[in-house]
Amino acid sequence: MLTSLARELLQSLGNALQALGAYTIFFLRLLKEVPRALLRFSLVVEQVHNAGALSLVIIMLSGLFVGMVLGLQGFDLLERFGSEESLGSAAALGLLKELGPVVTALLFAGRAGTALASELGLMRATDQLAAMEVMAVDPIRRVVMPRFLGGVLSMPLLAAIFSMIGIFGAQLIGVQLMGVDAGQFWSQMRSAVEFDDVKEGVIKSCVFGVACSLIAVYEGYHSVPTAEGVGRATTRTVVISSVVVLLLDYMLTAAMM
Amino acid sequence: MRQTRAIELGTGLFVLLGFAALFFLVTQITNREFGLGGGGYRVLASFEQVGGLKPGAPVSMSGVTIGHVERIDYDFSEYKARVTMRIDPNYNRIPNDSDAGIYTAGLLGGQYIGIGPGGSETYLADGDQMQFTQSAIVLENLISKFLFSKAAEKQADPPAEGPKP
Repeated sequence: MLTSLARELLQSLGNALQALGAYTIFFLRLLKEVPRALLRFSLVVEQVHNAGALSLVIIMLSGLFVGMVLGLQGFDLLERFGSEESLGSAAALGLLKELGPVVTALLFAGRAGTALASELGLMRATDQLAAMEVMAVDPIRRVVMPRFLGGVLSMPLLAAIFSMIGIFGAQLIGVQLMGVDAGQFWSQMRSAVEFDDVKEGVIKSCVFGVACSLIAVYEGYHSVPTAEGVGRATTRTVVISSVVVLLLDYMLTAAMM
Repeated sequence: MRQTRAIELGTGLFVLLGFAALFFLVTQITNREFGLGGGGYRVLASFEQVGGLKPGAPVSMSGVTIGHVERIDYDFSEYKARVTMRIDPNYNRIPNDSDAGIYTAGLLGGQYIGIGPGGSETYLADGDQMQFTQSAIVLENLISKFLFSKAAEKQADPPAEGPKP
């Protein structure tokens, strides 16, 4: 009884290790292809359109509402200490360092990651990837790589847009609705936010972009070629991405303190 | 053809918006100023206590921002904090006997350096040291001074009043 439990535990530990190794090998393989993929840039541009431009509406809408909630909650909290004019700095720091990159990454995994995974999974299921191999076209180079790079390039831009719209959302509620002085809102924000805070947000969103795109293309590319397998790959993409983003977020925050 | 054009337009719009957002965040939300870095001249001042002053804090005269704090380090020859300020070249007629103080903007606001003009005919130049400085006020020191003086008063009080006959 106990030995079988231990054996199972060991086995799942081994599986996790194996998955980590497979991810690393796949990532290194993608890295090796980066220079060649940049030469065929039109393919990457198409994927920037798919991952970035098409995610724009959901990112902007979410950013607006997250910013508005921040404005409302921040005002309610800060008013208790009689310092509601710090709302600008609180909202800007919260958005730039934490909410912007993390929420964007979660939305990105849901919107772009699932699209990537299901597309690649369907290609696998309908033997399109195998057909490419038969024609001596490397599917990683032709299909996976542009999708990966498109996601990596889109993510920081999406996070920046999210933060900017969020700050305007907080301003909308704080200044227009709650009556915080506009001058104090902006001047306190400008004196509190350092260049390093923006840099932290950009670094985070770049790392999340790499992680989310890698997980999406890996899961899609290695999906079981059945209808069920594609569905499972899509689900796994969202679940793994979300957990990894939150885990990485803690580690990056601790590292950049 | 039509379709690729739409895709390229959408992508271009997205990338433009993204970089505009980044630019906005860096220039409008932070206190960093670009293009001013090289210009201006440096003025030094030593303070007993700089409190929460940070590099990048504004230097102002009568509330007008004339420069920024560039660096704060500790000077072991004087045992004081040495603050390096970079003053905008437009404001080159600050008397060399002016005084510098560290003040707080609002109750929770950031700290800044305020310069009060002196009466001298010679002006501060690059690398000059300001003579008269006033340290930042540390709230704990003020409170402890107040409390100690209260305590001393109380001890001194009863004998002074004395028992009434």
